[in-house]
Amino acid sequence: MTAQTAFSSGSRLERVLRSGRFAVTAELNAPDSADPQAVYERALVLASVCDGINATDASGANCHMSSVGICALLTRAGYEPVYQISCRDRNRIAIQGDVLGAAAMGVRNVLCLTGDGVQAGDQPEAKPVFDLDSLTLLRTVRIMRDEGRFLSGRKLDIPPRLFVGAAENPFAPPFDFRPKRLLKKWQAGAEFIQTQYCFDIPRLQAFMTQVRDLGLHEKLFILVGVGPLRSAKVAEWMRANVPGVHVPDAVVERLRKAEKPGREGKRLCIELIQQVREIPGVSGVHVMAYRQEELVAEIVEESGLLSSRLVS
Amino acid sequence: MRFLQSHPRFLEEAYAVVVRLLPLGRRWLKPGGLVERLVIPLERVSKGAIFNCQMCGQCVLHSTGMTCPMNCPKNLRNGPCGGVRANGHCEVKPEMPCVWVQAWERSQAMPRYGHELLNVLPPVNRSLQGTAAWINESTGVGLKNPAGWVDAPEVSG
Repeated sequence: MTAQTAFSSGSRLERVLRSGRFAVTAELNAPDSADPQAVYERALVLASVCDGINATDASGANCHMSSVGICALLTRAGYEPVYQISCRDRNRIAIQGDVLGAAAMGVRNVLCLTGDGVQAGDQPEAKPVFDLDSLTLLRTVRIMRDEGRFLSGRKLDIPPRLFVGAAENPFAPPFDFRPKRLLKKWQAGAEFIQTQYCFDIPRLQAFMTQVRDLGLHEKLFILVGVGPLRSAKVAEWMRANVPGVHVPDAVVERLRKAEKPGREGKRLCIELIQQVREIPGVSGVHVMAYRQEELVAEIVEESGLLSSRLVS
Repeated sequence: MRFLQSHPRFLEEAYAVVVRLLPLGRRWLKPGGLVERLVIPLERVSKGAIFNCQMCGQCVLHSTGMTCPMNCPKNLRNGPCGGVRANGHCEVKPEMPCVWVQAWERSQAMPRYGHELLNVLPPVNRSLQGTAAWINESTGVGLKNPAGWVDAPEVSG
């Protein structure tokens, strides 16, 4: 990345990435609870090994504590949240208001998402909103930040300071369009990218080659999504039920043959992190461990990602 | 009529003609009159047959590979979501091919407008749903972005 004179956001995650360190972010599983302690317990486990904690926005279209609520709790306790915004449940009026609210509570990172369809979740009868898409959402956040205006043109007294991110899925068709779509996301205003789960290194390498050809690795910080699979059954369930997750047969086979599939899943995740790290243009990893937060710390530590760091 | 979509090159040339003809009809193409009452069903039938037009009132077909993006269950006008299935079908409707897989393929066969697929399109004006895109384009309403919108820089690569 080229050096910049000023940071756009005051985000710690941005600072880590711009310093050239290999960054680690992790996903916090949003609780089905009104108890703040549920958030703090999960954050405590993650915070020791990561530079940012993603607060999911009803991921998989399943209702949980809201991402803006989780972010408010996290900033209050001094953590560094990444506020996920999905276009599925709220229109442009609600989203822009939440962006201001989140920024006022100290949130400095946002991840702009389209969102899984309502059919994927436990309330498929809900009305899908999708007023904006992830690209127009990115643009809207950048307009708020850089122009100090709402989409309507109305002026903001104090614009939000945010490090703006988006997602990409290198593992879903149309494969040739994906890198160009990433270019569109950069053009719309993305500064960092967190990808969908990676279980297929050759596919990721092919994607990253095209990304480098477009020069995007110098324009965007790309964090590759990884996570431990608990068993062959979980892997099969995920690829059948979680939109956009691609698990190659070889991975399922490896888990099926393992004596202790849980341990094998963890080892596989560590191997993936180490392989991902070697790919030019990758700036970090994003660890997603569904209801296994305690595993994230072990995985990050055992992958050797932290040993190269100075104690901060 | 759908076979026309497998010949997007022909469709984009037809579009180029329509765009040139629209200004000639500016005197008549106005909202609120008999002409609108005629144009709306005309658009619904013609574009409906070819593109399964959803009458968003802000037609962007030439920028989306001559594939109507409003058929995407998420109404995505800027490219596919991350949920596209391995067989190229839709996450929400597994029996339907992804609109954007088709849009991408068709754009490759569109020398004139194919590159416009790479432009970041503004959010759609939902208040135009059900109105006539040809009239909206002629009066300029359909070309208007939200007042605060700032275009992303054009794609050069």
